[in-house]
Amino acid sequence: MSQYYPALLIAIPLLAALFISASGWLRPALCFPLALTALGGSLLVSLGLLSNVIRGIPDVYLFGGWPPPWGIYYRVDHLSALVLAVVSIVGFVNLIAARPAVEKEFPEKAAPFYTLYVLFVTGLLGMVITGDAFNLYVLLEIAAITGYALIALGKGRAPLSSLHYIFMGTIGACFYLLGVGYLYIITGSLNMEDIARLLPPLYESKVVTVAFVILMVGIWLKMGFFPLHAWLPNAYTHAPSPVSSLVAPLMTKVMVYVMIRMVLTVFTVDYAFLVLKLNDAVVWLAVIAIVAGSLLALAEKDVKRMLTFIVVAEVGYMVGGFWLGNRAGFIGAVLHLVNDALMTLCLFLAVGNIVYAKGNSQWDSLPGLFRTMPWTMGALVVGALSIIGVPPTCGFFSKWYLLLGAIQGGHYGFLAALLFSSLVSVVLFFRIFEISYFEPFGASHGPDHGEDGPAGREAPLGMLVPLWMTALGLVLLGLYTGEIVDRVIRHAVPGMML
Amino acid sequence: MEPLTSLKPLLAVLVSLGVVPILISSRSPNVREAWTFGAAGLKFLIVLSMLPAVLEGRELVCTLAQVLPGVAFRLRVDALGMLFALVASSLWITTSAYSIGYMRGLKEHGQTRYFCFFALALSATIGVAFSANLFTLYLFYEMLSFATYPLVTHHQDAKARHSGRKYLLYIVGGSIGLVLPAMVLAYHLSGTLEFSGQGFLPHSGSPILLGVLLFMFLFGFAKAAIMPVHAWLPAAMVAPTPVSALLHAVAVVKVGVFCILRVLTEVFGLDLLASLHLGTAVAYVAAFTIIAASLIALTQDELKRLLAFSTIGQLSYIVLGAALLSPKGLMGGMIHIAMHAFGKITLFFCAGAIFVATGKKNLSEMAGIGKRMPVTMAAFFIGALSIIGIPPGGGFLSKWYLVLGALEADQFPLLVVILVSSLLNAAYFMPIVYRAFFVGSRETTLPDTVSEAPIFCVAPLVVTALISLVLFFYPQPFLDLAELAVQTLIGGTGK
Repeated sequence: MSQYYPALLIAIPLLAALFISASGWLRPALCFPLALTALGGSLLVSLGLLSNVIRGIPDVYLFGGWPPPWGIYYRVDHLSALVLAVVSIVGFVNLIAARPAVEKEFPEKAAPFYTLYVLFVTGLLGMVITGDAFNLYVLLEIAAITGYALIALGKGRAPLSSLHYIFMGTIGACFYLLGVGYLYIITGSLNMEDIARLLPPLYESKVVTVAFVILMVGIWLKMGFFPLHAWLPNAYTHAPSPVSSLVAPLMTKVMVYVMIRMVLTVFTVDYAFLVLKLNDAVVWLAVIAIVAGSLLALAEKDVKRMLTFIVVAEVGYMVGGFWLGNRAGFIGAVLHLVNDALMTLCLFLAVGNIVYAKGNSQWDSLPGLFRTMPWTMGALVVGALSIIGVPPTCGFFSKWYLLLGAIQGGHYGFLAALLFSSLVSVVLFFRIFEISYFEPFGASHGPDHGEDGPAGREAPLGMLVPLWMTALGLVLLGLYTGEIVDRVIRHAVPGMML
Repeated sequence: MEPLTSLKPLLAVLVSLGVVPILISSRSPNVREAWTFGAAGLKFLIVLSMLPAVLEGRELVCTLAQVLPGVAFRLRVDALGMLFALVASSLWITTSAYSIGYMRGLKEHGQTRYFCFFALALSATIGVAFSANLFTLYLFYEMLSFATYPLVTHHQDAKARHSGRKYLLYIVGGSIGLVLPAMVLAYHLSGTLEFSGQGFLPHSGSPILLGVLLFMFLFGFAKAAIMPVHAWLPAAMVAPTPVSALLHAVAVVKVGVFCILRVLTEVFGLDLLASLHLGTAVAYVAAFTIIAASLIALTQDELKRLLAFSTIGQLSYIVLGAALLSPKGLMGGMIHIAMHAFGKITLFFCAGAIFVATGKKNLSEMAGIGKRMPVTMAAFFIGALSIIGIPPGGGFLSKWYLVLGALEADQFPLLVVILVSSLLNAAYFMPIVYRAFFVGSRETTLPDTVSEAPIFCVAPLVVTALISLVLFFYPQPFLDLAELAVQTLIGGTGK
């Protein structure tokens, strides 16, 4: 059974998407259970894959039985198994939380929503698991196109933001395809490991250099790496909340994974770090991304929009950590990929609850929230502490590795940027907490203080449970950091970085 | 001796954390307060039950998770941690009683929230006391920072918000901006964060780097309020008085100096500090803080602000004691954690009791108050004696050891600092007591109706005042613990 895991991972949700779409006409009530079953299935499979990898059982699947480099082939290693687990967990948890919001905001579009949702997750899972550079492009487009459609479901300026995203995303995908094309021209192969085998004699070739640069730029555009981030804030802000909390945690992280995969498996670490010697420059770009993202977040007066700029800054964390080119930096980047997916999920879910109760997440809606929505705000505090990097939440540990990597690599600019961004995060989140805690100002004494604040209700249980699962997950993930690094990430560190 | 593996340290930390859900769900205030008392008493008993083993020289250890290579989430009970935990957990009981009197007396809002975060803060304090390494210490230090924020800003008005900002700026800014990178650097240099009697930093490191590191820790742990990172403490006095009392005279600020003690003795180690002459540098920074804070305290009219500046000065005594690097100095510093705690909490309780009874905060309005509130002001007098260091106040002992320590370390200027500061302490405390008792009835502006505060306010302050006195005659538990702690650091020369 377990040899079919890689295929099942994709096949289950892909087929389920068809059924969901069909049941939209026949039995709309079935859409949600179907989607839940599908993503639950791929969650179980991805956990099975992870446990296989940890126990040292190889997971390789050849589509149609064609051996590489001719056929498409899925291969699961420590890195991809970890990211698969993250993607399917986030997809699953967020789906549970999505239901009340869908029923409230666009009940008539539930069937297309769940179809697109499941397809989007399928695309992301496929991008992570595939061992074929062109197949990755196909799945990238699946994820991207469903993503555009999901974002366009939002109100107001959502379609326009989605259009902007389509332009930028398509350029990014084209760059990626162009890079793969160059690689195909010069090596005649699309299989990642095959390309890696053929490349070393061609390292001096200009074509390889161009392919690498184009690929990277394409990937950076898709992940919103500053200054290629312009599409991201609008798209994620105007999207409906269940979409924001799906796309924001996953899309950027999976693109970071693709970047790591390209460098690690296709071009090899030796090429990227020793032949091209781009690492220092990229880390400085990451420094700029972190600082700019943090500063831009300061200018926002809408919680959701502020979070999107934090996402931009966090992308800088991961890109910079990886390009530090040392062991601690690599572990930090991968760990942060995992942690940040859950932190972002937690924050966006919390904001989703606020939007559900208040209609929007502008600062004007915040006063009195600690009284009216204590559970939502409690989870928001946990997520914020994780972004700030307070132990024992997981955000601390990835930041620790990144800081250590910066010191070991002698890159004090990156060190300073990380600390700066942490401090700015304190300001960002405590501004929100201040408004929701102190305002509206009442009499400072007396038992009825604060009772005259704006009325409001806590979000439904269906949204609170997934939110708190995520919030507790942040703490558990932090306490189990040692295990995760020791059992999984350590094995993914390329030899050169040891 | 082999360390004992035990769950007790964990229980001691968790008992107040575990009570939070019960506090939230309690319908009646009486049930809620009963649970608070139960947790406080239980915590004290758990801490106390570990005392015999610690006095035998054993350590209790509890490892929870291996989080980073060479760094575990681990609790360890040693003599110094025991000393601090005893002080904090015993004072939680009296403060809980006092809180009931104060909060109900003033009909404060949000009392459930108040008791919850109080319990959280105590968990964090005991966690700091029992931390086995810098990581665990940092974890609980941060937990304390965030748990006390809602307490400091309890009134939820514009002033509280302003003070809350200042509090976060100094405390969190210091811990993230300075302590976190210093910790990563220390880990980078030594590959571990585990406290050890000789310090864990390698002696081969560049002196400049180590010096920078030390000062990053010293100012990063801003809870110790060493100048110039002290300004949050007077600002935080907007908090309800029980918060000021326990957190800002005992738990929070003592956590700060406790962290600095750990850094000086078990991260750097006395030998390393001595060989780099860093001890002297720290001592002079502390000495400056002592004198400057006392001088500022002289100019204050608001009683709680005066006490805040007095605290800033007294905290630096502890740092100074450790920075002398001599056995007697270290002992003096460690005992001062206990002596100052009991003395200062008495003074804060008095300030709160006066506020509950009269609504007055400023000294200029308190002339003649001793006649109306004789018990409170008598307790105030005892607390002041202890802080100044006059027998039979317990504070005399710690100052005695500090003076001996300064002599032992051949630091004559620091000896002068300690003595001058004692004079200054007397200069700002004694007029208060004098004006409370010995002014003519014409000068007092207080209405005749003023009398003692509710019994829940007065009883705790009487108890802590008496303990201050008792500690002068029977300082054994704290003295023995400090001696033990010094012995493990220096190796038998503590006597």
